[in-house]
Amino acid sequence: MKLFQPESKRPLWKDEFSINRADEQYVSRRQFTKFLVLTSLGMFAGNVWILARSLFRKSPVYPEQNICRATDVPVGGVWLFRYPTEKDACILIRPDDQTYVAYSQKCTHLSCAVYYAPAKNRIECPCHEGYFSVKDGSVLQGPPPRPLPRVVLERRGDQLVAVGITIKEET
Amino acid sequence: MGERSSIEQILNMFGYEFYVDPSRCIGCQSCVNACAECETHRGTPMIHVDFLDRTNTIATVPFVCMHCEDPTCAKVCPADAIKKTEDGVVQSSLKPRCIACSNCVLACPFGIPKMMTELEQMMKCDMCYDRTSEGKRPMCATVCPSQALAYVPREQIERLRREKPSNVFFFGKQKVTTKVFMMIPPERDALSVDVVDYMWEEKA
Repeated sequence: MKLFQPESKRPLWKDEFSINRADEQYVSRRQFTKFLVLTSLGMFAGNVWILARSLFRKSPVYPEQNICRATDVPVGGVWLFRYPTEKDACILIRPDDQTYVAYSQKCTHLSCAVYYAPAKNRIECPCHEGYFSVKDGSVLQGPPPRPLPRVVLERRGDQLVAVGITIKEET
Repeated sequence: MGERSSIEQILNMFGYEFYVDPSRCIGCQSCVNACAECETHRGTPMIHVDFLDRTNTIATVPFVCMHCEDPTCAKVCPADAIKKTEDGVVQSSLKPRCIACSNCVLACPFGIPKMMTELEQMMKCDMCYDRTSEGKRPMCATVCPSQALAYVPREQIERLRREKPSNVFFFGKQKVTTKVFMMIPPERDALSVDVVDYMWEEKA
């Protein structure tokens, strides 16, 4: 068993796929250094790409969408709607007379549908008992890692309109 | 092996060599059954005892892998599944790699590899690598009553046998050198096998 082998004259693939187990598993110092340099280069290029993407990324444009009339929702009641696309379930809550808030209905933990619990005045996820604040969607307890994305509401006369979504990072 | 074995000892298989003497084979199939006992491939013997010429003679011959220095089976393997270790033992196919293409079965000059169709894998003798690599004798050689299969030091076989061990074979013009020795008549140096001699044709 030779610990140090000279670089052979044969093509590299013949060593890489040699029928001798020792040759197949042997890695020369030069090969290892090449591997290190190339992987580091790859990682560096990847980071530069991520940086460039985040610099040039446009913030997404959300459509305006009529949800319902303010009188449709009773105090302590909810109104389910979909925003910004048909696949994104959202929940509008009226905790008291003058307040309307709307959040994405997907729990940030494992995407179960959350619901409003009027007795405790909080948003609850039934799957793993993750609770969210009605005031700003922040996590009160349980496994969810991030607050619920909040749907920005505007009131135009009697009409409630969704105009955007704000996503808060991990708290 | 009581003391710690050095690398040289391991690479020389602890000074032991494998000798096959077909003229001593009595066809008892002990080696086949002993091989099938092994826990690494239980129930599937990797040694074959064949009749030479069934109509004219009861002579049998045991076939173990000869472990060529330049293994044809490994060279023709498209999936890189057959490997030779530092001590010269050509291993059986690697299960995750073998694609059951039977190239090795067709290519081996000695006809050793066998395709296990139900496992979709080629399996062949690996000289009981689990045993010989730590200084034990292969299963077949331990049970062979006539020592047609012998795993002994070189001096011992030279002292006890009339025949001469040889590991050089000629298949036509192809020279094959092996790790396993075949016992041949003392006046010969190498065994020459011309395939045409063994074809079932009327010779003019």
